[in-house]
Amino acid sequence: MSAAESRRANGARLDLRVVAGLVQPGTRVLDVGCGDGALLELLAREKRVDGRGIELSQAGVHASVARGLSVIQGDADTDLADFPDGAFDHVILSQTLQAVRNPREVLLHMLRIGGQAIVSFPNFGAWRARFYMLTRGRMPVGEVLGEAWYATPSIHPCSIADFLDLCRELDVAIEHGVALGRDGSEEPVGDGRRANLRAELAIFALRRR
Amino acid sequence: MKMSPAMPASIPDSRTLPGPRATLGVDRPMPLDSGGTLGPFTVAYQTYGRLNAERSNAVMICHALTGDQYMVGPNPVTGKPGWWETMVGPGKVFDTHRFFVICTNVLGGCLGTTGPRDIDPATGRRYGLDFPVITVGDMVRAQALLLDHLGIPDLFCVAGGSMGAMQALQWPVSYPGRVFSALPIAGAARHSAQNIAFHEVGRQAIMADPDWCGGRYEDMGRRPTRGLAVARMAAHITYLSEAALHRKFGRTLQDRERLSFGFDADFQVESYLRHQGSTFVDRFDANSYLYITRAMDYFDLAAEHGGSLARAFQGTKTRFCVVSFTSDWLFPTRESREVVRALNAAAANVSFVEIETDKGHDAFLLDEPEFNKTLTGFLAGAAEHRGLRP
Repeated sequence: MSAAESRRANGARLDLRVVAGLVQPGTRVLDVGCGDGALLELLAREKRVDGRGIELSQAGVHASVARGLSVIQGDADTDLADFPDGAFDHVILSQTLQAVRNPREVLLHMLRIGGQAIVSFPNFGAWRARFYMLTRGRMPVGEVLGEAWYATPSIHPCSIADFLDLCRELDVAIEHGVALGRDGSEEPVGDGRRANLRAELAIFALRRR
Repeated sequence: MKMSPAMPASIPDSRTLPGPRATLGVDRPMPLDSGGTLGPFTVAYQTYGRLNAERSNAVMICHALTGDQYMVGPNPVTGKPGWWETMVGPGKVFDTHRFFVICTNVLGGCLGTTGPRDIDPATGRRYGLDFPVITVGDMVRAQALLLDHLGIPDLFCVAGGSMGAMQALQWPVSYPGRVFSALPIAGAARHSAQNIAFHEVGRQAIMADPDWCGGRYEDMGRRPTRGLAVARMAAHITYLSEAALHRKFGRTLQDRERLSFGFDADFQVESYLRHQGSTFVDRFDANSYLYITRAMDYFDLAAEHGGSLARAFQGTKTRFCVVSFTSDWLFPTRESREVVRALNAAAANVSFVEIETDKGHDAFLLDEPEFNKTLTGFLAGAAEHRGLRP
């Protein structure tokens, strides 16, 4: 079983559980790249949120709307600009940051339209990825990218260290940083040094200063 | 084209058609967007299902340009199945076990609701072109008066395709507190230049027919069937996609082995269009066609709100589900996206689905599984939020 599969094995993906844990009950939530709406459904059920989603794939949108969720077919890179400032309490980007054309702009829009931006992404700095590159000299297929370099939707993979640099550059406050290990272990990101080597996935909650 | 020139059979007198009708605007005539008033006037409608005790399950379905209130069952004029029989009924998308579904003949129509064919009480003659030019806003106003008349405070949902989508968008804008959810399908927030252009071709075809007689044709015992048929033929092309036309007809010849080297209907597609035209004139009034196409042309939700569509929806509590079809070039997805963009800017609750189909604009009338699933899911979600019992 691959890492991705084991993450999905226990009902909701583990990172979705962590993301859901950061969401306050009864809030307005926008899930950018909501897939088939699994997280939105979880949040609606357990947190009674007023949820909306944006999803690029037609199949994902159909599945979400057929579940009774409010989801639009759209593109994070272009369609976040339509939303007014502060329209949501949380704007979530779950394992989608690495797939957008302009992650920096997407992040800025999220911080503009939401009080808090919650971002999760696979950590390209994990030792397995480094070891793979070091020993094979090839992109770490299956470890982070999931698919061959030419087929993966992950066009902007980053490490936790890279992400922390961007947060510093954008001068955003990090309210939470959670590092998830391959075995499902969960620890704070802290200064990022240990997490950048060990974590397979990272989840951050950010806010404008 | 074979059509009898003089004294063609008239479409039925709308007073002989089945179904309830309400007389509205009696105490106070209804104000119109043009500045005039109308009243008293009649709204003919059909209902399906039962209104619940809380009066919270009413669904208004708005028909398209040449549609009517007979969504289900044999149409009393044509004998054909109702235009949304696939969607409305027990256990269907608009489940009549659950919802009380209302469909009115639009203002300006010719199947029972007051339109240019009816008698103007002021003159005792048919309105003809003395009928006031109406708008989509006026159509919706008439429907709201019907709701008042029926004692229904608000709608659980307003839905419709094409011109019905215009009404479904107009409703929550005109009556923000009275619409819980809205389902505009294959629509737009305004009629495009291209669409106005197509309508103008249709209107000119009607008005160029010598039997139109300045709109007084029925007083003269005539009907502009040739002009109306041409208008329908031109419009019908816009309801289909190039791919659907090709799939259906290609260049196949009609009842012949070779080209006739004449102007007969050599091709199946010509024969099909002629049939569409000639059957249309048996069920539709030419002046109604002029008035209703005009109402669509005038439709521009943003214009009423200082040019900002987002402002039209500002503060809306309505849950929207916007649906478009990939091969619809009359109301392309781009137009639906404009609506979605404005709804997002107003931080409204909106879903948007583009359905993959090669059937063009008319796809909303056809049985498309993905389309049905989307609508069912949206209605179920909205019903749950409304607290409607399944």
